[in-house]
Amino acid sequence: MAEVLVLVDHAGGKIRKATAELLTIARRLGEPSAVYIGPNAETAQVTLAKYGAHKVYVYDDPDALEYLVAPQTEILAALVEKTSPLAVLIPSNAAGKEIAARLAIRTESGVITDAVDVTAGGEGVETTQSVFAGSYTVKSTVTTATAIVAVKPNSVAIEPAPAAGEVEKVDVTLSDAAKAVRIVESKPKEATGRPELTEAAIVVSGGRGTGGDFGPVEQFADSLGAAVGASRAAVDAGWYPHSNQVGQTGKQVSPQLYVAAGISGAIQHRAGMQTSKTIIAVNKDEEAPIFELVDFGVVGDLFTVLPQATEAVKKAKG
Amino acid sequence: MNIVVCVKYVPDAQSDRSFNEADNTTDREGVEGLLSELDEYAVEEALKIAEAGEGEVTVVTVGPEQAVNAVKKALQMGAHKAVHVSDEAIHGSDAAATSLILAEAVKKAAGDGTPDLVITGMSSTDGVMGVVPAMLAERLGLPQVTYASELTLHGDKVSIRRDGDAASETIESTLPALVSVTDQINEPRYPSFKGIMAAKKKPVETWSLADLGVDAGRVGLDAAWTKVTSFAKRPPREQGQLVTDEGDGGTKLAEFLSAQKFL
Repeated sequence: MAEVLVLVDHAGGKIRKATAELLTIARRLGEPSAVYIGPNAETAQVTLAKYGAHKVYVYDDPDALEYLVAPQTEILAALVEKTSPLAVLIPSNAAGKEIAARLAIRTESGVITDAVDVTAGGEGVETTQSVFAGSYTVKSTVTTATAIVAVKPNSVAIEPAPAAGEVEKVDVTLSDAAKAVRIVESKPKEATGRPELTEAAIVVSGGRGTGGDFGPVEQFADSLGAAVGASRAAVDAGWYPHSNQVGQTGKQVSPQLYVAAGISGAIQHRAGMQTSKTIIAVNKDEEAPIFELVDFGVVGDLFTVLPQATEAVKKAKG
Repeated sequence: MNIVVCVKYVPDAQSDRSFNEADNTTDREGVEGLLSELDEYAVEEALKIAEAGEGEVTVVTVGPEQAVNAVKKALQMGAHKAVHVSDEAIHGSDAAATSLILAEAVKKAAGDGTPDLVITGMSSTDGVMGVVPAMLAERLGLPQVTYASELTLHGDKVSIRRDGDAASETIESTLPALVSVTDQINEPRYPSFKGIMAAKKKPVETWSLADLGVDAGRVGLDAAWTKVTSFAKRPPREQGQLVTDEGDGGTKLAEFLSAQKFL
């Protein structure tokens, strides 16, 4: 069976959900092998095996994490050459897409990013993407021997499928070029305790209508265990960090439930949330275009509607 | 400082974007096009650097005839010269082929060398893959520092600030380098009347694949490493229930959540 490489996304050995999703998808195409870069591989190995990794390739030189994108590209390129995999699956986040891009050029392989589905096709790996602000669904085939696919989080339900997870050390000498770009300072963001935006099952976002007060949005989000997002207008006004922006120039999310509070629904915003399963909006303006998308909408002031909803949710949850 | 900015001519996101039925490529003729909004930030940043010291800004685009409008807009903003790579064989090129053409154009624009700095937007507003900057860096053998929300030059180094999910990072690279910028980095200027008049006298070179020494067989639809096999318009979402808050809007919202088993 053809090998399928999965680049592991982790924080100090703790596997992110997106990686388990990639392993689940990889099993449809062939035999998954995880590629783990960083220390604490032992902790990670257990989880990776649980989700179906037959092999776990480990590169544990801490140097690799000090530099950006290029080391991962070189390690993956060496593995592609060695194993001739059917596909390389990478999380479709900012760094993942760049690794995919560089790897594609280096190995002369076709690349697809932001895939929401991946299947084994007759003429090569087939992918599905949502394009033009989610208004079209596009199916593509990768025609090269190896397909490089960056897959969006929340594209598949995770299924465990225990496998051996046999560890194999990777020996690659990083080039000087790979060390040209260095992270010289990293200021960690204050932990909010909320789920990560692109991985969350529920997202509650605020926009211009908050007037800068995200309190009701955050409290409603917390009652639902949701992540908090923001429209570009809110971010441009300096009310919420750019890393929480949902939209074309921010994150594209596709949760089970998306709640837009005080957001009009410009194309820029719709591009980031239109593929959500269920959409709810609260807006004072009944003409707001966001209401064209909703499953349920409340024409009203978010400062009265959200706190009331928060209380009702808390009561219902006991 | 010699700066090359790569820009793209894209269908207006406000218009009804679609595909060509014949070959599943993006329809670039049936809709209004313009300089990709995200590329304006790249042009602005290059101009700021050039204005702060000695520097020349060259804008490069690859695309059909009307794509020249993208570089013209950049010239109106203040760029010094422009290059438009146009060739019928380019139609249908994927990101990999586009990066090949851009790489050769960047080298030629820099007088068959490498410019000190290549600046791009974070992604286009049509394809939105965001892979061309990384591919271009790989082709040019340049370090890449992407998603810059702040850019500082000191000596032979460039450093940027990037706001990631978990941390705000300062990233440093040696020059020459490729930098992609986000929409947080600056406020792009509007072309002034003077700028518009001056742009008319600025040189726009048009290059073919032959001018760049790129084999036409390596680009275009047939050479693409990926192909779009089908496209379908998503059915428009049907508007669900809309209630006007009469003091119980929040309660009704919670009832909906409960009925949908979110609670």
